[in-house]
Amino acid sequence: MKITIQFGGGVHLLFGNIKLHEIDLPDREKHWTIGDLLLWMTDNLLQERPELFLQDKSVRPGILVIVNDTDWELLGCADYVIQPKDTIGFISTLHGG
Amino acid sequence: MPSCSAKCGRNAILKRPKTSDVLCKECFFEAFENEVHFTITRAKLFTPNTTVAIAASGGKDSTVLAYVLKLLNEKYDYRLKLLLLSIDEGITGYRDDSLDTVKQNRDDYEMSLKILSYKDLYGWTMDEIVAEIGRKNNCTFCGVFRRQALDRGANLLKVDYLATGHNADDIAETVLMNILRGDLARLSRCTSIITDSGDGIPRVKPLKYCYEKEIVMYAYFRKLVYFSTECVFAPNAYRGHARVLLKDLEKIDPTVIMNIIHSGETMKVSETSKMPKLTNCTRCGYVSSQEICKACVLLEGLNKGLPRLGIGKSSKVKRLLKENEEKNKSSGICRGEEDKTCLCSGTDSMKPVKINELVLKELRI
Repeated sequence: MKITIQFGGGVHLLFGNIKLHEIDLPDREKHWTIGDLLLWMTDNLLQERPELFLQDKSVRPGILVIVNDTDWELLGCADYVIQPKDTIGFISTLHGG
Repeated sequence: MPSCSAKCGRNAILKRPKTSDVLCKECFFEAFENEVHFTITRAKLFTPNTTVAIAASGGKDSTVLAYVLKLLNEKYDYRLKLLLLSIDEGITGYRDDSLDTVKQNRDDYEMSLKILSYKDLYGWTMDEIVAEIGRKNNCTFCGVFRRQALDRGANLLKVDYLATGHNADDIAETVLMNILRGDLARLSRCTSIITDSGDGIPRVKPLKYCYEKEIVMYAYFRKLVYFSTECVFAPNAYRGHARVLLKDLEKIDPTVIMNIIHSGETMKVSETSKMPKLTNCTRCGYVSSQEICKACVLLEGLNKGLPRLGIGKSSKVKRLLKENEEKNKSSGICRGEEDKTCLCSGTDSMKPVKINELVLKELRI
């Protein structure tokens, strides 16, 4: 399943400094939730300091998740079932000026 | 997908942490901007026909502040002249990049921009300071110097107000930090929306009640360009601990942020507690609660090769300075400028630049 991942607010620093990733999630019988995606990203994309991205099987507080330009809090957060061609953005609020 | 709480018929795009309302993009913009306008008018932050310097770092808060102030100034006819003021701390790979973003803001928002550097003001860049002090207490230097630098810049530009991008999360964090440190003087003034640095220019915080999440969402949906690499020195800052604690609490209940600010605002310091009185630094003239301001003490330490001098309690500094002064007087061991162990006031070259000595010729916009 092909989806797009975007990083903003400095999160890209943890992912090899790349802000846009076009990824192809492996086919499987069970659907993919964002919770599953987070673990997949940690294993396959994350380059450093996982504790700055993942906490208690969700994103670290202070990282906003936006699915197709909608706050994931409206979509069930980590339980949201990913659809083909979704664009999922991770934006950190933590980096100051 | 839920529809907008404002009953406009459109689909919601975010959940507001402050109210739990779910709003569409247009209603969110309107709510966010109206709340800043309400904050400004209720606290009477600005009077018409004045000049406001926006402290601009290129980060999300100051970028949103500049955008919203420009928008409200035009929409509600505040009749303010807005300009941008940036401080270049001299941090390679951080500030030099973020200043490019500020220059972008300058062009996008058609405001003039003034950049002041630590090197100009204090003779030291943050890179040089970190080389002396290490990475543990460097944020103390940066914070103390930046605060003065902004005030000095505002003075130079002869503006009427200095607006900073402090948001609700920042203020709640500061309240927590001041409680953790037992710093009553700062605790009692850190929630004020207008602070007056003595004879200085009022500092105002128009985004005081804006959640960090909403600021980031606002910038995202308005497609504002901001800079977001973390400060290369920040990971060890004490503030980081307060921030993590606050973010964990916010996850349980986002209203804790407003509640902490509310507590800070309404807390009253007991009349019997001893509070420092504000006076002017005997060296540089800057407003200070001590005879010698923190920036001068930190600078003195740096210039004498004792960078840890200003770290910790002011009583320790006073004692050290006094001891050394007496010792040197009686023994005559001070060898002047080369003497790295002597803490006497030394030569004039060791004092920071006074505002009136900062020659305007190079610094004018």
